[in-house]
Amino acid sequence: MHEMAICESIRQILEDQAREAGFTTVTRVKLAIGALSGVEIAALRFGFDVAMQGSVAATARLEIEEVPGQAWCMPCARAITVAARYEPCPHCGSYQLQVTGGEDMTIRELEVV
Amino acid sequence: MCTVCGCSDGGAKLEHNHDHHHHDHDHAHDHHHHHGDDLHYGHGPAGTSVPGLSQTRLIQLEADILGKNARYAAANRDRFTAGGILALNLVSSPGSGKTTLLCRTLTEIGAEFPVAVIEGDQQTSADADRIRATGAPAIQINTGKGCHLDGHMVGHALDHLPPADGSVLFIENVGNLVCPAAFDLGEGARVAILSVTEGEDKPLKYPDMFASADLVLVNKVDLLPYLSFDIDLAIANARRVNPRVRVLKVSATSGEGIAAWLDWLRAARAMALAARIPTEG
Repeated sequence: MHEMAICESIRQILEDQAREAGFTTVTRVKLAIGALSGVEIAALRFGFDVAMQGSVAATARLEIEEVPGQAWCMPCARAITVAARYEPCPHCGSYQLQVTGGEDMTIRELEVV
Repeated sequence: MCTVCGCSDGGAKLEHNHDHHHHDHDHAHDHHHHHGDDLHYGHGPAGTSVPGLSQTRLIQLEADILGKNARYAAANRDRFTAGGILALNLVSSPGSGKTTLLCRTLTEIGAEFPVAVIEGDQQTSADADRIRATGAPAIQINTGKGCHLDGHMVGHALDHLPPADGSVLFIENVGNLVCPAAFDLGEGARVAILSVTEGEDKPLKYPDMFASADLVLVNKVDLLPYLSFDIDLAIANARRVNPRVRVLKVSATSGEGIAAWLDWLRAARAMALAARIPTEG
């Protein structure tokens, strides 16, 4: 359940931002979560409300943008999209893939008061 | 949770002297604090929720959610580079024989080069006690309810047990093939241990962990004659999620493959020494 630890990190970033940017309430949080980031979005949603209790984002709405996994297929020498790490290249079936994107988790946007 | 890193909720603590530990903490405090040799990670301050005025505004950010951990990991990594220290993050499921393999490794290394061990478990100092019995210096981190070590915890462990320059630091992570994958500790290499009493499909079931490993040790190979475990399939599965991963077959019990593992350690240590950048002043 490291989704909970991730929610705690989000809370920390929001609290820091509130101090820096001078707001008191976050009404909406938009995250970008990579398909290969190792995070279960359902678990993240579940943990979010609990982790935000008593924070500036206690009543915030959570929006999640799912970023597809990107990889470079070495045999095909072209960029492809993969949904999971154990998936082969959809064109040639090879597993010789270098992941190039969709591993990150970022906070994209905050709507604040 | 610790408000510095958001590492876990409640109760993670660090101990390297098992005479005194297990303090209960009901009170909130906004940072870890020291109790003798122990280190506790307490509850953060309650945030303030103020009903705002009605003007909403939009703030565009590109904040890495694990950025704080990444900064702690980078600080650890700088420390390792400065001392020419090879830090290894050992990850596996519970019961893969990680601690037994580590004890055997430490015994084989003997006085050949300096070592240090950080042991991560949810509770007990049993593993650190086993390590200390081999003569190696060890520090135990109890993560409490936490499911993984993070860069912050390891940084504090380094303050308590600074590894000697040129040493190999073994960080035995919490037995868990899921969460530790996401948390960089600043290690020079990540070593995943998979035992033959598990399934061949583990690398596919827990792809993030195997994708992030530099080396896979297939442990308990002395048991292969008694099992239907297909070791070639297990290795093929590991390569399926991580085409460049190195694999060694070992047995902590029979000693098979231990020489190759020690050679890998010596080579990796030589590279850490060669890449050393001593801090000035």
